[in-house]
Amino acid sequence: MTLIEVKNVSKQFGGLAALTDVSFVLNKGEILGLIGPNGAGKTTMFNIVNGFYPPTKGDVFLKGQRVSHLKPHTLCKLGVARTFQVVRPLQRMTTLDNVITSAFIRTKSKSHAEEIAIEILKFTGLYDDRMVISKGLPLGKRKRLEIARALATHPEILLLDESFAGLNPTEINDQIQIVKKIRTEKEITILIIEHHMKVIMSISDRIVVLNYGQKIAEGTPAEIGHNPIVIEAYLGEEHSA
Amino acid sequence: MKKFLPLIIFAILCFVPFVGLSTYVMHILILVLMWSVIGMAWNVLGGYTGQVSFGHAAFFGFGAYTGGILYQHLGISAWWGLPACVVILTALSLVIGYICLRLRGAYFALATLALGEVCRVAAENLVEFTQGNMGIMLRERTWVDKTWYFYVILIIAASTYMLIKLVMESKLGYYFVAIREDQDAAESLGINTTFYKTISLCLSGVLTGVAGAFYMNYMGYIDPATVFPLSEVSIAVVMVVMVGGAATFWGPIVGALIMVFLAEVIRSLPHIGAAHQTIFGIILILIIMFLPNGVVGDFGKLIKPFVGRRTSS
Amino acid sequence: MAQLELFLQTLISGFLLGGLYALIALGMALIMGVMRVINLAHGDFMMIAMYIAYWMFTLFGIDPYISVFIAAPALFLFGLFIQKYLLTPVMKVESILPHNQVILTVGLAMVFSNLATVLFTGNYRSTPVNYASSAWYLTDYWKNSPIELSLSMPWTISFIIAAIITVGLWIFLTKTDTGKSIRATSQDLDAALLMGVNVNWVRMVTLGIGLVLVACAGCLFLPIYYLYPALGKQFTNVGFVIAVIGGMGSTDGALIGGLILGIFESLTATYIGMGWAPAGRFAIFVAALVFLPGGVASIIKKWRLGK
Repeated sequence: MTLIEVKNVSKQFGGLAALTDVSFVLNKGEILGLIGPNGAGKTTMFNIVNGFYPPTKGDVFLKGQRVSHLKPHTLCKLGVARTFQVVRPLQRMTTLDNVITSAFIRTKSKSHAEEIAIEILKFTGLYDDRMVISKGLPLGKRKRLEIARALATHPEILLLDESFAGLNPTEINDQIQIVKKIRTEKEITILIIEHHMKVIMSISDRIVVLNYGQKIAEGTPAEIGHNPIVIEAYLGEEHSA
Repeated sequence: MKKFLPLIIFAILCFVPFVGLSTYVMHILILVLMWSVIGMAWNVLGGYTGQVSFGHAAFFGFGAYTGGILYQHLGISAWWGLPACVVILTALSLVIGYICLRLRGAYFALATLALGEVCRVAAENLVEFTQGNMGIMLRERTWVDKTWYFYVILIIAASTYMLIKLVMESKLGYYFVAIREDQDAAESLGINTTFYKTISLCLSGVLTGVAGAFYMNYMGYIDPATVFPLSEVSIAVVMVVMVGGAATFWGPIVGALIMVFLAEVIRSLPHIGAAHQTIFGIILILIIMFLPNGVVGDFGKLIKPFVGRRTSS
Repeated sequence: MAQLELFLQTLISGFLLGGLYALIALGMALIMGVMRVINLAHGDFMMIAMYIAYWMFTLFGIDPYISVFIAAPALFLFGLFIQKYLLTPVMKVESILPHNQVILTVGLAMVFSNLATVLFTGNYRSTPVNYASSAWYLTDYWKNSPIELSLSMPWTISFIIAAIITVGLWIFLTKTDTGKSIRATSQDLDAALLMGVNVNWVRMVTLGIGLVLVACAGCLFLPIYYLYPALGKQFTNVGFVIAVIGGMGSTDGALIGGLILGIFESLTATYIGMGWAPAGRFAIFVAALVFLPGGVASIIKKWRLGK
């Protein structure tokens, strides 16, 4: 079953094209990786799916309903949650309060919200840090808090924007376990942007590759790994770097 | 003990009129309570929701004039201004919110400042309606004695305190703080930021307006210069909250206490009285630089030198 | 014909006023662009410059136009000092309330205007320069002109000097290294930091130059305006209204916004009444917020992209 369909989406900023005619679908239950070199338009794609800005052309559909004109908070109520590439915890609130805030989307009562939050904190292994002011958490935990916060909104679809960047190998392993658990235990569909090739290859079911705002390939990790166009795009980046 | 502190303070305040304080001291206490209400109201929007307003005189003035105009044009008691201003101020807040809340950060502050001034200029020029600079005077006062005014404002202040406490511990409160901390993140967590900012503005505006309506009844005279001024209301309330401590329950109350007493003391000094604005300005600058979260927010910082000395000796 | 003459007269006076307004707003826009701070003491700095020029004239007979060379450097140094010892330290202070720096400028405004009242009393003062009421006529230069216009001499001189200063500012911003650093910081702080721009120094210079501009405006206003301690507030309002009309932090916008406001106020004063000028100022401010949130700058930007 198709959850999200991105149909011929283009986005321009001023005169610059960030995305050109991109289409792909996200199916229920899968983990779809979105990769590409720097400036390929991955985060822009997220911001469009999430409702931060409308596409210049094309549309986004959620279970067949056109959602490209909706605001992020409405999309969140419809079941689309996201994390940010640069972590943005609610700085001066405790970890617990951060998660309670998101849990309020499905409930009015504080005790219920707190229940949800504690369950999520245990799930993501942040329970022991619940009384820490979120500004004081180390980066690895702040990235996990981003995920916890998104989970507390009870999403059907989770958009993860570089949740592995800047982590050390142990933290990466923990994080992978959590992402896998989110799919198996919570049955949440995941769209993930990642720079870390090993991670994306190991957890994605399918991968969409963007370069200069265009989709250049789509397929299973194995197919993508052998795709000459993709290798070219990444090698090109390394050569110029 | 801490849990019952508000109750204890309320109980003590209830007995204050029986002590037989002078009229002047009662007047000061009434002003402190009134400024606490305005401060708490401002704190909802500025401290908790993070939308700093430089235009709260607009709400205060509207509240005062609601009572005044009811009395002047309909000939009913100005006390009707208290309930009436809930409706009027909600409407005003919606208008101001529509114009200003699309702006972020300092530009919001600027827009509210300008709207506050618009209200003052309008009150001065719409002479038919507001009597312009002549002002509105109540020909007969409800009570000669200050006692009942004291109880009225005490009840308003206590209700305001409880209401805000209730709000801040509910979903609304969490959403307000989330908006202050990061508006984009809040939006993506399913919070309709425009809607909740508007709610915060309405709450803040109505409470400020209630204080304004009380002021009309208490003072018995208003004119645009006393209820719509920039520095004596809009900026003064920012100072009250900053001195006391933004985003704390007790900050505005402590701030009101300090500022009202300070204002009285400085004004009464023979040579320095004329320079009271300078002194307030310097206090404001010092607070921003060294005590940015106010007396309540930075309490630890404030007592540190004393505590430190005690432990070392 | 008389109607047309009145209209043209009003329009040109508005244009002259707008030139001076632009000078005030340019300083504010520069500060806004680089520091993201609205300087709510802007008009009070102008008031200080005006008092300097006033006392120079009263005590030593120095012409206000010459006092530009005294008031501007003085305010420049004052600006460096305020940025270094007040605004920059406050940036580092952690607090719950945002916009600490803006509130700080409010504090400065309170101190300045009140101190001026204490020191110089609240009286209105004017500077009796001997050319104060002289004027020139269109027919002096164009014998057969079908219409007659008369313009105040000091207004005209002030406008010309303001124009020269504006051109000077433009050259400074586009040709000198410091000017380029200011523009770079204004456009993208992080990029400027990466490029090795000494941002703290740039901030100091920016506040200094912002105050120089407003000091010049003060000296240019002195021959044609009254001076009193509370005048700062009014010109701060003018400054931020123009900044909003022009587009926050945009110098081009401030220039055009200044002219728009000048002409608008001149028209209101002639055709509606003097008392409504401040109301009109705020009306145009609210209208700009509602209908043109990006200000004139957004139109300029669109137009450039369209080309």
